[in-house]
Amino acid sequence: MGAFFNMVRRDLNLAFRQGMDSLMVVAFFVIAVVLFPFGVGPEPNTLARIAAGTIWVAALLASMLSLERLFQTDYEDGSLELMALAPIPLEVTVLAKVTAHWLTTGLPLLVTAPLLAVLMQLPDDGFWVLMAALALGTPTLSFIGAVGAALVLGSRRGGVLLSLLVLPLYIPVLIFGVSAVEAAIGDLTVRPHLLILAGLMVGAVALTPWASAAALRQAVE
Amino acid sequence: MHRFANPTRFLRIAAVVQPWVAWITVTLFAVGLYMAFFTAPADYQQGESVRIMYVHVPAAWMGMFCYAAMAVASAVALVWKHPLADVAAKASAPTGAAFTFLALATGSLWGKPMWGTWWVWDARLTSMLILFFLYIGYMALQGAFDDRARGAKASAVLALVGAVNLPIIKFSVDWWNTLHQPSSVIKMGGPSIHPSMLWPLLILAVAFKGYYVWVLLVRIRQELTANKVRILQLRQVHGG
Repeated sequence: MGAFFNMVRRDLNLAFRQGMDSLMVVAFFVIAVVLFPFGVGPEPNTLARIAAGTIWVAALLASMLSLERLFQTDYEDGSLELMALAPIPLEVTVLAKVTAHWLTTGLPLLVTAPLLAVLMQLPDDGFWVLMAALALGTPTLSFIGAVGAALVLGSRRGGVLLSLLVLPLYIPVLIFGVSAVEAAIGDLTVRPHLLILAGLMVGAVALTPWASAAALRQAVE
Repeated sequence: MHRFANPTRFLRIAAVVQPWVAWITVTLFAVGLYMAFFTAPADYQQGESVRIMYVHVPAAWMGMFCYAAMAVASAVALVWKHPLADVAAKASAPTGAAFTFLALATGSLWGKPMWGTWWVWDARLTSMLILFFLYIGYMALQGAFDDRARGAKASAVLALVGAVNLPIIKFSVDWWNTLHQPSSVIKMGGPSIHPSMLWPLLILAVAFKGYYVWVLLVRIRQELTANKVRILQLRQVHGG
C-alpha cells in the first residue's frame, strides 16, 4: 500500500513540475467543444440537443491525447525497466500510475465540464447527471487507455496508432455517459445508466491492469 | 496440440490436408450458390434481392468466427508460446477483416432497395463496423514494430482485450440503438425461415469456413517459408 501511494505521489510530482501538460488537456477540451457552435450554428435549441454528446466526445478525445505520456517518458529513461524488476507487482504500479493520470487529466476535465455545459446551453436537469457520469466514466477511459498506451510503447507512429486501438473500446462509456444525461433531460430514470457506468468502471479497474502489465512486460523484455 | 508445434510436421500434414480442403470448399460453394440462385424461392416481400442474404449472413458469421479464432490462437500463443499459434492468429486477421468488410458492403447494397438508404445505424451494422475497426487496429499494431516478435506479442494482448470488450460493445450498441430508433428495422424473414432458404444458407456458411481453413493453411505455409528465406538471407549476410 505504501508503495502504491509513493508511486502516485511520484507521478503527481512529475506532472506538477512539468506544469503545463494537464492545462493543455483542459485547453484542448474547451477548444474542441467551442468549435461545435461554429459548425452547427449558435441556435440554443440545437446546441442543447447536442450538448451532452459533444462534451462527452471531446472528453474522450482529450483523455486519449494525454495517454501518451502515461508510460512514454518512463519507457524512454529506463525507469519502467526498474519498475518491472521491483518487488511490487507491476499490476499495482499500473494501478498507481493510472490513478495519478486520472488525477491530472480526468479530474481537470470534470472541473471544466460545468463551464462547457453552460456554454452549450445544456438544460439544468442534465447538469448534475453530466458531472456524475463524467466522474464515473473518465476513470474507465484512463484504465482502458492505459492498455493501449502500454501496447504502443516503442512502435512507429505511436500516437495515431493509439487512437485506432483505444477509441473503439471507448464506445460503451460514450453510449452510457450520453444516455444518462439524455435520460435526465427527458425526465426518465437515470439510475440504471449510472449503475452501468459504475459497473464498467469496476470491471476496468479489476481487469485492465493485468492487460497493461502484460503489455508493459513484453515492452521492456 | 503440442504434437503440431513442430513446423516441419505441421507442413507435412498441411500438404496432405490442403487439396482436400480446397476441393470440399469448391464443391460446397458450387452446390450452395446453385441452390441460392436457382432453387431457393424469391421472398414475397423483398423479391430477388433477398438472395444477397446468402452472401451477407455467412460473411457476417465469418467476421465474428475469425475474431474468435484469432483470440483463441492469441491466448494459446501467450500462454504456451506455441510457435504456430502466433502465425495462425496473424494469418486469420486479414481474412476476418475482408469478410467483415464484405458483410458491411453487402449489407449496404441490400439496405438500398430495402430501407431506401445505403446506411442505417442499425445495431448489427454498427457492431460490425466496430469489429472492422478492431481488425484494422490489430493489423496496424502488428506491423508497427521493427521487431516482428514484439508486434506479434503486443497484438496478441490486444486481441484478448478486444475479445473481452466485444460483448460489452455489442450490448451497449444494442441498447443505444433501441434508445434512438425503436423498431424501424426490418428483421430478416421473421422468426422462422423456410428450409428451402435455410439449406443454401447453411451450406454456404460451411463453404465460407472451408475457405477460411484453406486460406489459413496457405498463409501459414507462406509465413513459414518467408521465415526460412529471412533466416537464409541473414545467414548469407553474416556468414559472408
